[in-house]
Amino acid sequence: MTSTHPAVELDGLTKSFGAVTAVDGLSLRVQPGEVVAFLGPNGAGKTTTIDMLLGLSRPDTGTVRVLGGTPDDAVARGRVAAVLQTGGLLKDLTVGETVRMTSHFYRHTRPAAEVLERAGITDIADRVVGRCSGGQQQRLRFALALLPDPDLMVLDEPTTGMDVEGRRDFWQALRRDARRGRTVIFATHYLDEADAYADRIVLVRQGRIVADGTTAEIKNLAAGRTVRATLPGADQAALAALPGVDAVEVRGDSVLVRTGDSDAVARHLLTRTAARDVEITSRNLEDAFLALTSAQTGA
Amino acid sequence: MTPSTPTRAGVTEPDRRLPALGGFAPGALGIELRRVLRNRRTLAFTLIMPGVFFLIFGLPQGGQSLDNGRPVAAYVMISLAVYAAMVATTSVGGAVATERALGWSRQLRLTPLRPAAYVATKLITAMSLGLLAVVIEFLVGAVAGVRVPAYVWLLSGLAAWLGSLVFAAFGLFIGYLAPAENVMQIIGPVLAVLAMFGGLFVPVEVLPDVLQQVAKFTPVYGMGVLARAPLTGDGVSMAAVANLVVWALLFGVGAARLFRRDTARV
Ligand SMILES: Nc1ncnc2c1ncn2[C@@H]1O[C@H](COP(=O)(O)OP(=O)(O)OP(=O)(O)O)[C@@H](O)[C@H]1O
Ligand SMILES: [Mg+2]
Repeated sequence: MTSTHPAVELDGLTKSFGAVTAVDGLSLRVQPGEVVAFLGPNGAGKTTTIDMLLGLSRPDTGTVRVLGGTPDDAVARGRVAAVLQTGGLLKDLTVGETVRMTSHFYRHTRPAAEVLERAGITDIADRVVGRCSGGQQQRLRFALALLPDPDLMVLDEPTTGMDVEGRRDFWQALRRDARRGRTVIFATHYLDEADAYADRIVLVRQGRIVADGTTAEIKNLAAGRTVRATLPGADQAALAALPGVDAVEVRGDSVLVRTGDSDAVARHLLTRTAARDVEITSRNLEDAFLALTSAQTGA
Repeated sequence: MTPSTPTRAGVTEPDRRLPALGGFAPGALGIELRRVLRNRRTLAFTLIMPGVFFLIFGLPQGGQSLDNGRPVAAYVMISLAVYAAMVATTSVGGAVATERALGWSRQLRLTPLRPAAYVATKLITAMSLGLLAVVIEFLVGAVAGVRVPAYVWLLSGLAAWLGSLVFAAFGLFIGYLAPAENVMQIIGPVLAVLAMFGGLFVPVEVLPDVLQQVAKFTPVYGMGVLARAPLTGDGVSMAAVANLVVWALLFGVGAARLFRRDTARV
């Protein structure tokens, strides 16, 4: 089937829980074949958005189109499959039974043996789910999602709670499986995961998209360092003119400089000004968000 | 093939039609049944305990007869078959609570399985276990020497089994009322009290007068009367039939309403 529809079209999605606005006017379009990371801190609204995308919950306002149709239809036809963040397995079934049971619900699936193999859990097919490690259970969820050979795969923080090795194995399994043309959307807290596996990163904060770009573009935003110093009456313009400086912020007696060249800033502060308590920190994702939001308002 | 075609080279496009019967499948039912039969707690409470109860409470009545000459042991056996069937069907329906607590229901919503097909699978599983419970209780009775005409075995067995549909609905009702991992620990004692009011452990007639009146309105009463009628030869009162029908409707409608609330997308 040659589909010209976008894989995902979210338009003005809003969802509130009481006083909390979890998703706030979020619009997003994902083309077939894209691998998109949904990156954001705790409570950013990633899971809430994914739930609406999968038809597990209804938006307060806005519309969701998946592969040109409703989420329910895409799910019923096996065109979209998902690995959820929590729960969802029966502890008293074996791994193999869980896969076979689920395959019966579809008109057609890949063979159970094949998805077990692709998820790397063939050797534990006879193990009861309740005795599997968190990482093994996550790979079982992944195997279930592979059954319908979906056009769109959605993963909500698939490696939460796994150790470094488990995370690497999981992504390798996903990688091995990545077929050309399958659209993948995954939520994560980890910039390195987004960097390694996505070709597009969507940054979410407080229910809104604060940046959307290629991995390289987003990484640049998170690169660099922050230099903080105590310096009453700092000359903002002079600091901003230093090479590599992205932004200067004065908070009372403190000055914060976001820069690609922290050495130059530190040298300047220590030799040309009366700055004290100079601290240099790597910029993390949260800083990237801040940089992004301020860049947006400044533009 | 254009580059935008979401297919792997050399791999045919998967069959994207909807499944027949909303995803209801004998294969899944088979796994479900095996799963129930593997649960030691379920087996202990539905298949073993009622049989042991018979050996303890039924056998000692060995020589005694009812007013119509039929053995008292058969009366005990049929009552315990009703008890076994109601515990069996309730536990399968109630398992929905566990599955909701574990998030399995949510996982199922990411498959083509329709909620009605899921409930149908649960009901068939419940009734299968209920049938097994009745058959085993009758086997224990027969081996221990209970002798009654063939039509009594058949009609009483059918009544005990079909009546337990009320409790399959009761189990689903509880299952959709609240998610809980160990729901049977909570409703097990409730079932025992209901069984007592239904005359399954001792005849209702030996209860104090007030309790006898109350008993007529409890959900096991109708099932018990109907299941024992072929044996005792007592006419089936309208009260007993009404009791069965009303409770079946109450639990059935209650379960359906909670089920709809549960599957409504929020
Ligand atoms: N069912 C709910 N009831 C009340 N508040 C909710 C509910 N679900 C989510 N929220 C709130 O909505 C906001 C967004 O939550 P969401 O789970 O979508 O974030 P997230 O980006 O997935 O976070 P995490 O990285 O921790 O998984 C949070 O403030 C959360 O507390
Ligand atoms: Mg989340």
